Amino acid sequence: MATMLLRHMAPNQAGVIVKVKATGELGRRIRDMGLVPGTPIQVQGRAPLKDPVAVRVRQFTLTLRNNEADYILVDVEKIP
Amino acid sequence: MKQAFHKSQEHLFALAGNPNCGKTTLFNAITGARQHVGNYPGITVEKKEGFYSLDGRQIRLVDLPGTYSLTAYSLEELVARDFLVHERPEVVINIVDASNLDRNLYLTVQLMELGVPVVVALNMMDVAEGRGLRIHAEELSKRLGVPVVPTVARRGEGKENLLRVAVEMAQSERHWEPLHVSYGPDVDPVLKDMEKIIGEHGFLTDLYPARWTALKYLEEDEQVKAKGRQANATVSEHLEALAAKLTEHLQKTLDSYPEAIIADHRYGFIAALLKDGVVEQRLKGNRMHLSDQIDRVLTNRFFGPIVMVAVLYAVYEFTFTYSELPVQWFEAAFAALGRWAEQAIPEGPLRSLLVSGIIDGVGGVMGFVPLIFFMFLAIAFLEDTGYLARAAYMLDRVFRVFGLHGSSFMAFIISGGIAGGCAVPGVLATRTLRTSRERLATLLTAPFMNCGAKVPVLAMLIAAFFTENRAQMLFLLTLLAWVFALVLAKIIRLTILRGPSSPFLLELPPYRIPTFKGLMIHTWERIFQYIRKAGTVIVAISVLLWALMTYPGLSASEKAAFDVERQAVLETLSEHHKDLLTSEQKTDLPPQVQEAREQLRAIDKREAATALQSSLAGRMGTALEKITRWCGFDWRTNVALVGGFAAKEVIISTLGTAYSLGELDTEENTSLSERLRQDPHWNPLVAFAAMVFIMLYSPCFVTVTCIVKESGSWKWGVFSMVFNTTVAFIVATAVYQAGRLLGLGS
Repeated sequence: MATMLLRHMAPNQAGVIVKVKATGELGRRIRDMGLVPGTPIQVQGRAPLKDPVAVRVRQFTLTLRNNEADYILVDVEKIP
Repeated sequence: MKQAFHKSQEHLFALAGNPNCGKTTLFNAITGARQHVGNYPGITVEKKEGFYSLDGRQIRLVDLPGTYSLTAYSLEELVARDFLVHERPEVVINIVDASNLDRNLYLTVQLMELGVPVVVALNMMDVAEGRGLRIHAEELSKRLGVPVVPTVARRGEGKENLLRVAVEMAQSERHWEPLHVSYGPDVDPVLKDMEKIIGEHGFLTDLYPARWTALKYLEEDEQVKAKGRQANATVSEHLEALAAKLTEHLQKTLDSYPEAIIADHRYGFIAALLKDGVVEQRLKGNRMHLSDQIDRVLTNRFFGPIVMVAVLYAVYEFTFTYSELPVQWFEAAFAALGRWAEQAIPEGPLRSLLVSGIIDGVGGVMGFVPLIFFMFLAIAFLEDTGYLARAAYMLDRVFRVFGLHGSSFMAFIISGGIAGGCAVPGVLATRTLRTSRERLATLLTAPFMNCGAKVPVLAMLIAAFFTENRAQMLFLLTLLAWVFALVLAKIIRLTILRGPSSPFLLELPPYRIPTFKGLMIHTWERIFQYIRKAGTVIVAISVLLWALMTYPGLSASEKAAFDVERQAVLETLSEHHKDLLTSEQKTDLPPQVQEAREQLRAIDKREAATALQSSLAGRMGTALEKITRWCGFDWRTNVALVGGFAAKEVIISTLGTAYSLGELDTEENTSLSERLRQDPHWNPLVAFAAMVFIMLYSPCFVTVTCIVKESGSWKWGVFSMVFNTTVAFIVATAVYQAGRLLGLGS
């Protein structure tokens, strides 16, 4: 187990959110989407230009930009 | 029931839910054709209302905008919240996606915290079952304390039952009972203190439950805080101080914020609610969904862009191929109407107003209806299948460089990103963008694209001056349009719409096959708004432009001079030949009569050209020469450009009149090309400057009215006219002057 930023996760890598550092509008939007500590998350893939990133969380797929993913810390499992 | 008789026979229900939860589908299934679309007063969020009658009761159903929560960050959320608070619907029907329960219940919890009576529609039961999920509705209902009705909106299943339950709840006259969620040992005591203060002062209690107001103060909700300050500044300050103290405490002890803790606890509450016995996962293992498999290909680094180009091309082909024939029908119908009016009404200003002003003006707009219909149908299809979100996801990185959003691309493409679109549906397509800065920047720059009305004008000029490389020229102009749109978007975003880019958190909904009914309703709503506009603003502006190009007309002496000329021609003919001239006979005329007819026609054309020159528009054109000589335009071009504000196609017909060619068909513009080529004033350099100007200057008035409507303010409509025309003038002048310095064009 290691903690890293969502931005640095590899495709298909899974983990559990430990912290969401964003505040204000961005923080609220992230939380509205269900990204709160304790939530399992898996990287689905990245757009053709490597940004945004698509993640699977709570049975749905969400995309967010890398600079927004920088606010999310994840306890990751080893790359399968 | 006797008692029920005294109660109101009409119920007001609101429909709330996340985007992509099937809300619109359910709304359409319930209300069918009995719905109408408007705007919430003062803002651009759509307001949909529908009716349904159940056992003799009228149900008025208001579809709230799709939201993930009830915070007040986006317009949609604010609208949804304000509607609930101010209109006080008897029941909120909250649609939740059964295949994605926990996130959907986040909104439910917030609705319940607000206290409004809720009925949950557990939608997409079929999808959930397909994924091996079994949800026990009764158990969920018991734990939530509100009725839960399973539905499958796509098939209309459960809708009747849902409404029956809602009516029952409305009849029971349940009071607003806010739900209490525990927010943990740090937050709860503070909330309690705040609640007490709020209760004692009756602070905003006519609108919100006390605990809810307290929560909003902790969540830093600006709208509620502003309202609070207005209502009672001292209490508001006290509450803000308490919130600030808690924030400080939480930061020190937990390195967190109240809003984060609150969200965590809401999800915790939901997790506890769903534990043991509500959701049953029957298929174990991490089975990959079909949607994910499709995404492997459609958003793949290599295949994704290829597929996207193919899809765009298909949309384009579909729209323009299938709309071609109906557009011709519409045009033919309006032409026939014009001819009929010409015969039915005696010659004079009234006929001219009706035919040239109203019928041509409205016809020019209505002619687009089939095109817009197919365009919207294609977009609705891409939207409803879920592909549009994928395209936005793939393109976001590129558009971000220019201060735009991934979703901006559709508006550009539709507006003529591939030459030949139309800015009107393009502007309307910006609805898919949710955030306002990026949306406005897209609205303002999409009209730079070469729409289907500019193309014939450009084609005519290319045919006249760039015969050697026509295709390359049109391609160059398409590229230029993109460069200008993107660069100017960047400039706009760095100046008047400065600010950080909005967060890009976009859900990629599972791929779905859209319902035919949904597509049709989607498309019809938008078409109808367009048609309604044609009946109001557009008639007014058509009449105005017609008047500009008609009045004050020729003076009596000038008219007399033309009559004298005509008389002179007539006098060369014998009585018999005069009769032949006025007869309907077209062929086998004696040469003298032929010649006289030609001469008379030439006089008519010169009279029309002189009349145009002396009209208000003509005088404007002449006055504008002082400025436009910098970019090489004379009065005739200026008048045509003024007319082009009505619709860009008008540029050709007005140039035709100005160069005394008489009535000109846009299809048969070869004679105009010929005429321009021979005119000493025109040369390739002037033509190029003119093409650039036409590409960039003010959008046509239909587009401007759409911009006004979509941005919610006249300000942006006026801005787009002034800004685009200024840009066009500067660029065209630069082109012309640079070309002259290089010795081109003379």
